[in-house]
Amino acid sequence: MTTVLPGTPSDTPAGAGPGTGADAGPDAAPRAPMDAEAAARAYGPAFDAAVAADERIEPRDWMPDAYRATLVRQIAQHAHSEIIGMQPEANWITRAPSLRRKAILMAKVQDEAGHGLYLYSAAETLGASRDDLLDKLHSGRQRYSSIFNYPTLTWADVGAIGWLVDGAAITNQVPLCRCSYGPYARAMVRVCKEESFHQRQGYELLLELSRGTEAQHAMAQDAVDRWWWPSLMMFGPPDDESAHSAQSMEWKIKRHSNDELRQRFVDICVPQAEALGLTLPDPDLKWNEEQGRWDFGAIDWDEFKAVLKGDGPCNEQRLTQRRTAHEEGAWVREAAAAHAARKQARTATEREGAMAR
Amino acid sequence: MSDATTTPRPGTRTGTDTAPAPRTTAGAIPEPEPGTLAAAELALADDALVLSQRLGQWAGHAPVLEEEVALANIALDLLGQARTLYSGLGDEDALAFLREERAFRNCQLVEQPNGDFAATIVRQLFFSTYQELLYGQLTTHPLATKAVREVAYHRDHAEHWTLRLGDGTTESHDRTQRAVDGLWRHTGELFQPLPELDVDWSALRADWDTRVADVLTRATLRVPEGAQGHGWKAGGGRQGLHTESFGRLLAEMQHLHRSHPGATW
Repeated sequence: MTTVLPGTPSDTPAGAGPGTGADAGPDAAPRAPMDAEAAARAYGPAFDAAVAADERIEPRDWMPDAYRATLVRQIAQHAHSEIIGMQPEANWITRAPSLRRKAILMAKVQDEAGHGLYLYSAAETLGASRDDLLDKLHSGRQRYSSIFNYPTLTWADVGAIGWLVDGAAITNQVPLCRCSYGPYARAMVRVCKEESFHQRQGYELLLELSRGTEAQHAMAQDAVDRWWWPSLMMFGPPDDESAHSAQSMEWKIKRHSNDELRQRFVDICVPQAEALGLTLPDPDLKWNEEQGRWDFGAIDWDEFKAVLKGDGPCNEQRLTQRRTAHEEGAWVREAAAAHAARKQARTATEREGAMAR
Repeated sequence: MSDATTTPRPGTRTGTDTAPAPRTTAGAIPEPEPGTLAAAELALADDALVLSQRLGQWAGHAPVLEEEVALANIALDLLGQARTLYSGLGDEDALAFLREERAFRNCQLVEQPNGDFAATIVRQLFFSTYQELLYGQLTTHPLATKAVREVAYHRDHAEHWTLRLGDGTTESHDRTQRAVDGLWRHTGELFQPLPELDVDWSALRADWDTRVADVLTRATLRVPEGAQGHGWKAGGGRQGLHTESFGRLLAEMQHLHRSHPGATW
């Protein structure tokens, strides 16, 4: 990733034009300040051309304010989802039924914290700050993926999350590896690699349960019954109701529509469910020979909207735990800052002393 | 999905008669003879597992995102050490999930509840310093080479945080001093010799005292007087005597495994 561009979105039209960010030094920036409109006139066509040519936009490049704002919103939401998403799985770390599974789950939750870290870093390349984004999460001004407002009630839920939730996330995120914004696209390459590892582990966990005792099989089936529909909702509202889709597609932040991705996911899952020996809880699921795809039943969008609005089973709990962790950690962060400041002051004094000698 | 419902599940185990014989009772887990190398290894494995379990409780609760990663990393290292040791002694899951509280040989320090971040860090400082010195001496043990590198990182992490917290704000200083004072009495037990381990225990103790005192002093913290403090001296973990919260730690860790006797996961 290139240098973090200082300043707020509106005062950052100082880049050297799209596609040149990585190798444009600070000298490439125009000396005279330029107002936003003049900058858009000067650099807008180059930005559009770069997007059209599938080139990457880099942090120092000029970009429309709305493009920047859309990316910050999307990357922040993604980062928030990673850290809130730790909670339902961390719920089972202390109870994992074998040491091997405990290690796998711990590593997975750790990966999610890591994803959160580099996604916040990607947002910082756009001039956002992690503290500010966290404030927005804690005050409900920014969202995280609604899927994490469902509870993990049994051990099998850990497998269902891996298989279905990570599976849906990968389906969404693989196209983001070609997203027009460089730092986000590069972060996604790494995230997707780890997510597909998690997805295989979740599938394997469910397979072991499905082939295990009656009680284990029933546990796996129950988890899939509860997680299937919320997973389909992860792709967002139907295309004709999606607020941000059209512009994001034009900017090549998004490459496929919600409904396209959802269909792709269903087509992947049906044969996998069969191999698992588990059923998907949709009586309308049937093969459409003509279209070469699986038709599926109607999604309960009222539930989706209710959970999005805050009425899911765990909205309150997830946000409260996040806020509590943050508030209870305040004295730790303050201590670290105070120590760093004192250390810096000591170093400065020592340096002055050495120079005086 | 009508076709999937009629397909027999591959590998299905139906009646109980085809299930493997359940490993149920703790009595079935052979206990190593006291004073043997196996007994010493079991104690080290239990230390690592129990501390890993405590650190795992931090997931989703850490004060900063970087510490989510760091604490999970340390927990994973410790879990890996426990698994290596258990595997040399028998079935790792039977050892972890089917022994009763009195059969665990970990020191009491590692089972102490997380408390606040200062208490967790001080527990890490005390224990990782011990582990680093111990594994440093066990050069011929198969686990030691890898583990000593891991625990050196754990000690470094704990040391840096002790300095930040001790020499941070008044609040962080006070919290950390309370943690040092509170956990101090659990440190004496670390130096009870584990027979058959090729360790110079008095040297280990002297090194530990020096190193820990040095870190505490640099962190502007007071070193408690005497190795085990005053009043009632804690200890007994190596003989299977634990503190009250340990029973609940085990109950949480073991319940799912024990609820499905003989199942594989």
